[in-house]
Amino acid sequence: MSKRFLFDGRPVVFEDGQTILQAARAAGHYIPHLCWHPDFPPHGSCKLCIVKVAGRHVSSCAMPAKEGMEVESNTPEINGERRALLQMLFVEGNHFCPSCEKSGNCQLQALAYDLEMTGERFAHFFPERPVDSSHPDVLLDFNRCIFCELCVRASRDVDGKNVFALTNRGINKHLVVNAESGRLGDTDLAADDLAANICPVGVILKKRVGFATPIGERTYDVKPIHIVAMEDGK
Amino acid sequence: MTSHEVPAVPIESIVRKHGGDPTRLLQILIDVQESIGWLPPPALTSVAAALSIPRSRVEGVAGFYHFLHKRPVGRFHLQFADNITERMQGSAELMASLCSKLWVEPGRVSEDGLVSVETTSCIGMGDQGPALLVNGMPLTRLSHQRINQIAELVRREAPLSSWPPEFFRVDDNIRRADALLSLEMAPGAALRAAVALGRDGWMEQMQISNLRGRGGAGFTTAVKWMACRDAAAPEKVVVCNADEGEPGTFKDRVLLTRMADVVFEGMTLAAWAVGACRGFVYLRGEYRYLLESLREALSLRRAENLLGRGIQGIAGFDFDIEIHLGAGAYVCGEETALLESLEGKRGTPRIRPPFPVTHGYLGRPTVVNNVETLAKTCLIALGGGEAFAATGTAQSTGTKLLSISGDCAQPGIYEYPFGVPIERVLEDCGASDIQAVQVGGAAGITLASYEFHRRIAFEDVPTAGAFMVFDSSRDLFEVARNFVDFFAHESCGFCTPCRVGTALLKKAMKKLAEGRGAKTDLADIEWIDRLLKNASHCGLGSAAPNPVVDTLLKFRPAYERRLQSLDFEPAFDLDAALAAARRASGRDDPGAHIGAEEAGQNG
Repeated sequence: MSKRFLFDGRPVVFEDGQTILQAARAAGHYIPHLCWHPDFPPHGSCKLCIVKVAGRHVSSCAMPAKEGMEVESNTPEINGERRALLQMLFVEGNHFCPSCEKSGNCQLQALAYDLEMTGERFAHFFPERPVDSSHPDVLLDFNRCIFCELCVRASRDVDGKNVFALTNRGINKHLVVNAESGRLGDTDLAADDLAANICPVGVILKKRVGFATPIGERTYDVKPIHIVAMEDGK
Repeated sequence: MTSHEVPAVPIESIVRKHGGDPTRLLQILIDVQESIGWLPPPALTSVAAALSIPRSRVEGVAGFYHFLHKRPVGRFHLQFADNITERMQGSAELMASLCSKLWVEPGRVSEDGLVSVETTSCIGMGDQGPALLVNGMPLTRLSHQRINQIAELVRREAPLSSWPPEFFRVDDNIRRADALLSLEMAPGAALRAAVALGRDGWMEQMQISNLRGRGGAGFTTAVKWMACRDAAAPEKVVVCNADEGEPGTFKDRVLLTRMADVVFEGMTLAAWAVGACRGFVYLRGEYRYLLESLREALSLRRAENLLGRGIQGIAGFDFDIEIHLGAGAYVCGEETALLESLEGKRGTPRIRPPFPVTHGYLGRPTVVNNVETLAKTCLIALGGGEAFAATGTAQSTGTKLLSISGDCAQPGIYEYPFGVPIERVLEDCGASDIQAVQVGGAAGITLASYEFHRRIAFEDVPTAGAFMVFDSSRDLFEVARNFVDFFAHESCGFCTPCRVGTALLKKAMKKLAEGRGAKTDLADIEWIDRLLKNASHCGLGSAAPNPVVDTLLKFRPAYERRLQSLDFEPAFDLDAALAAARRASGRDDPGAHIGAEEAGQNG
């Protein structure tokens, strides 16, 4: 007899060692997420994947599934909190979707549409975050960083280069690169590194390929993220 | 030194002193900074090279800790404790006065590089404040007279060793002693008693005592110890959490000053119970001044075979303790953040499970206990579990040390059996006309006068030890705002709700304080509170809204009298936005202000 738990009232079968998010995905149920990636261990920073288990909020990407647990995910309460977390991410950075090259391919934007975020609610921070264009092939626009650390993890664990890291703390936390000058051009990042291709938002962009696909025909312009995410495993 | 000169300091020799071990990165950066004064970019590059680790990691760690400086600070670096109790004693005025005497702006370095002045979170001197740290040394009982003297000493560049010793006097202020504070124990006595019981017999006494963690969470110590003992992996570790960062708490400082040997003996008792071979004390950077005396106490214990190999002649009982310094990060009091910091990383709390008892320091089974918890284990070893459980309440056995500060005649350390009512404590410390008590620090609970019959106990009012008293002249909005600013400053920034939520709360409280709040702001505050409580990654984020939630509930008029009658008031302040234009045009007359002009027209 396989083990199962209830996901929004429906039974989901799981194997020992699977997290709630993994088991739900395998059963065809989408849970919103930004910092989680199928090829990496759970990170747990964005908190978009929060669900309620026995009245308590937990990160579904990190919480092991347990026999008989009752998980609430796609409810007005949880989606309302997820929307507020998105609003927080929008106001702490500088996100101008209409002029962003990532528009239509951006997971933050796609999730905002999916969760029906119609405004930012909170006051904007308008932080000063200079752009780094020193690298011949890759542009860094820190204005859009959501601190998912996927580039940090990809560079460290897959590329073996440690090009990216986070420094400072709290609202002043920010991305740095592995060079005394602080310039990406002085690191050994290559355009085909995983770290240069994993950003879910518009921080790490390839130069000279901008707008190759017109806005309106891009990934999330065509299908909502809760469909795309289940198709390509991301 | 300019930022691009290569420092003349032998960074390689500092790294070598630490065995070239990257887990000692934080300790290495602290040492490098002690010799250069700050951490210039080339120094970070050299540290990375000497340790063969990426520079990005070194920069990540250097930026995390408030006491590590990636930009130059003055040769005299003064940090004023900014907890609410020091504010109430006039710390802000004292700091402004010092800054004006020294011609320096807060947060900036003077042109000649002589001095810099800033605020820092509570430094554990709440009973003898206002206080500051000068180049890491605590200076207590500040007054305007003392500020004048300090300004003069700084101007003359008098070395700290020549400053009047009474400036640096730190008193224990023990006002009420019970079982622990009146303990007089010869080194080794508790250990001999526990060894005589055997490992299992000793654990049994711990179980009978029902001792619960004194760091605030109240987890049963014996359960933690047994889980660690039963964990499969070898090389177990005992960590003493001396990162006493909760605002208004200073009892661990007193224990480490007076009874360090009892704390070390408690660590050794834990090692005996779980079979650990390695111990760490994680000492908060604010208590750096205690480091030498603590190291001396450890050497004495080694000389007496109370640490080292074959302790008390028992083959295989090998245990030693080293002290790691923190560097100004409250979040490192959270045990998994503490372990990250011990491993030389940024103090970001880990995902749990797994818990430290199975996967702790470097993945080894690890017991993390508070200073007071460990000290209390000596009482259990000496008197037995049953005697220990005879005091306090059934669910909260033994005594509790309270750090009392704020509006009372006798601030200091009070040891009570658990179950003591708040009103009894207030009476003993000489407090009258009291409207509120903050128990458990910024993360704790705000009690109004109609709750003073409640008792200090895990089942009623739990606490790590802070007890801040506010009389009827105090503004509870300002109290809550001080704690909100504290959490925003101390958030590690890992998870979205805490990183952004604490910053948003800080902005919302500022807006209210400036008299520009509306009812919608209170609704926003309550919404942010809920997100913090529900979605945060660790206890810092989920406790951050406590002071606001409590004061909004119990002292709502303190908020409402700051509101404009409007339903909505924008956060954007047009007049403030024109400040740059006023500076450029050299004008500051009423006509150059938006609000003033309107008022003039209306009048």
